[in-house]
Amino acid sequence: MEPPPPCSAAGRAAALAAACINYRRGGPSRGLELRAVTAAATQDIDNVGRKYHLKLVLEDILEKDNVVNCTAEILYHLGNKNAAPDVDFTIEGELKNTDEQDNIFYNQIKSLKKELVAQNIPDSHGNVPPEMEPIRLLARVAAGYVAWQNSTENTRYELAQIKDVRQVKRSDDYLEFDYMVLLHEFVSQEIIPWQMRVLWHPQHGVKVTQNSRQPKPAEY
Amino acid sequence: MPRVGSSHRQVPEGYNYTQYHPMEEIYQWMTEVEESNSELVTQHYLGETSENQTMYYLQISQPSNKSKKIIWMDCGIHAREWISPAFCQWFVKEILQNYKSDPQISRFLQNLDLYILPVLNVDGYIYSWEKERLWRKNRSPYMNATCYGTDLNRNFNSSWGSIGVSYNCSSEIFCGSGPESEPETRAVAQFIERKKEDILCYLTMHSYGQYILTPYGSTTEPPSNNEELVGDENFGLLKIIAKFTGTNENAVPILNLQMQVAEKAATALMGKYGTSYQVGATSLILYSNSGSSRDWAHMIGIPFSYTFELRDKGTHGFLLPSDQIEPTCEETMLAVMTIIDYVDQKYFPSGGVILTSGSLGLSLCLSVVFTWTVF
Repeated sequence: MEPPPPCSAAGRAAALAAACINYRRGGPSRGLELRAVTAAATQDIDNVGRKYHLKLVLEDILEKDNVVNCTAEILYHLGNKNAAPDVDFTIEGELKNTDEQDNIFYNQIKSLKKELVAQNIPDSHGNVPPEMEPIRLLARVAAGYVAWQNSTENTRYELAQIKDVRQVKRSDDYLEFDYMVLLHEFVSQEIIPWQMRVLWHPQHGVKVTQNSRQPKPAEY
Repeated sequence: MPRVGSSHRQVPEGYNYTQYHPMEEIYQWMTEVEESNSELVTQHYLGETSENQTMYYLQISQPSNKSKKIIWMDCGIHAREWISPAFCQWFVKEILQNYKSDPQISRFLQNLDLYILPVLNVDGYIYSWEKERLWRKNRSPYMNATCYGTDLNRNFNSSWGSIGVSYNCSSEIFCGSGPESEPETRAVAQFIERKKEDILCYLTMHSYGQYILTPYGSTTEPPSNNEELVGDENFGLLKIIAKFTGTNENAVPILNLQMQVAEKAATALMGKYGTSYQVGATSLILYSNSGSSRDWAHMIGIPFSYTFELRDKGTHGFLLPSDQIEPTCEETMLAVMTIIDYVDQKYFPSGGVILTSGSLGLSLCLSVVFTWTVF
């Protein structure tokens, strides 16, 4: 019988679950963050991989008193280390409806004379101008997808900063942004530049159409 | 706006503790703190960084005939963790503003001297202000100056280079060319080694993650106060956990006294704004690593040795907004005061408070282990 994973792996699995849930349920007006892990169990499945059973509490970044309980199952695959882990989850109860804020943001961007361009969100002091908050939350949703696709039992990714974001002109109803972000990987402590192309529509949600890890800039 | 108490002259007027400050301003602040509190505070030279910047610490010491023991706290070992130096400055301000009126502070200042190093990694901190906000390491050159920086918290002589490190300079967890290869590490280590008989508590402040971490990051050495307050039934638990985590059963510090004090501190912290911290040994709840200052301090005999990982849990990470400086510092004060207070009562008892070993609440880590055995 193999020794069980270190307990720290449960924390990383929980962070991954939260990232996935944020990817699926988050948006420019909703960010979900892991508040607590109330239970965790692991299960080795022969020839398949290792499964984590988790009970989590998530909170709404914009309104910290809004919390939801979730259960999640994460399966890290044994064979193909490049395969993204399987993540299934259920959220107990309802998340706050964000249609109104979504539409406000949508109309704000649609009515810009020039495509949106911005850098360093948050800035060095952690400040985010209020009109950029939806841009940041959107990046967080997309980063959740990137984290999910690239995570193993031994990694944990967080969005550290948006270095650059540019709106991409479109002829249809969708909003599209090209992000260059910095991800922070907890175990190696590395800061990893990552490019993401993100589509969003108030009724159709978020889609990451393309993403790629970028080389670290040369030392200076 | 700085808080103005009844003794407003005691901290530099106009210094804003709810903003982040560059190194120049912190140097100036240290000088002014010493000048306006000369009966209590002295600024001391600790050493030089690899770029020849001076490292200073502040000593807060009530004049007395009594020989005192020492609480050491350092901040800013990792450059990008700006909330950490902000906390050291806040802590000094709080002590100086309240030592006459607050009975808890005035009690422990009779017995304990406080040594505060507001910025350990001066070069890195400056670099994070001027060049690269998310820089972590120091700035010492390697490979003919084509690569820079050692992770100072992998550079101490505690199982150096064994686990959770890289031998490659381009890594964020590069452990240096040998234990204490870096001048910053040597400056701290030599000082603490000299004073170790008198140091009761070593605190090192980091961010982020909301943890209070106890030794060890690597599992090769047991913490020395492991057996205190561990009854027979808990010892059996220790053995099971050791077997399943593959560690030396003497090296599993989950149930020791250090943990219990840390739990008390985390509870006090949570009481302020509901912020929840996880408590435990680094190797169990975070990841394995070697060469940390906390582990080294404990190895040379300092009984209470903790790493704090301050707010938040990743939403802002290293870029914690300045409007969170005040609440973060206020809640962390409660935790640090709990630890100092415990140490004071334990070593200078007045016939009162003893920490009782209450029933063991199963931490997340334990419940993971025990649920595993069911499958």
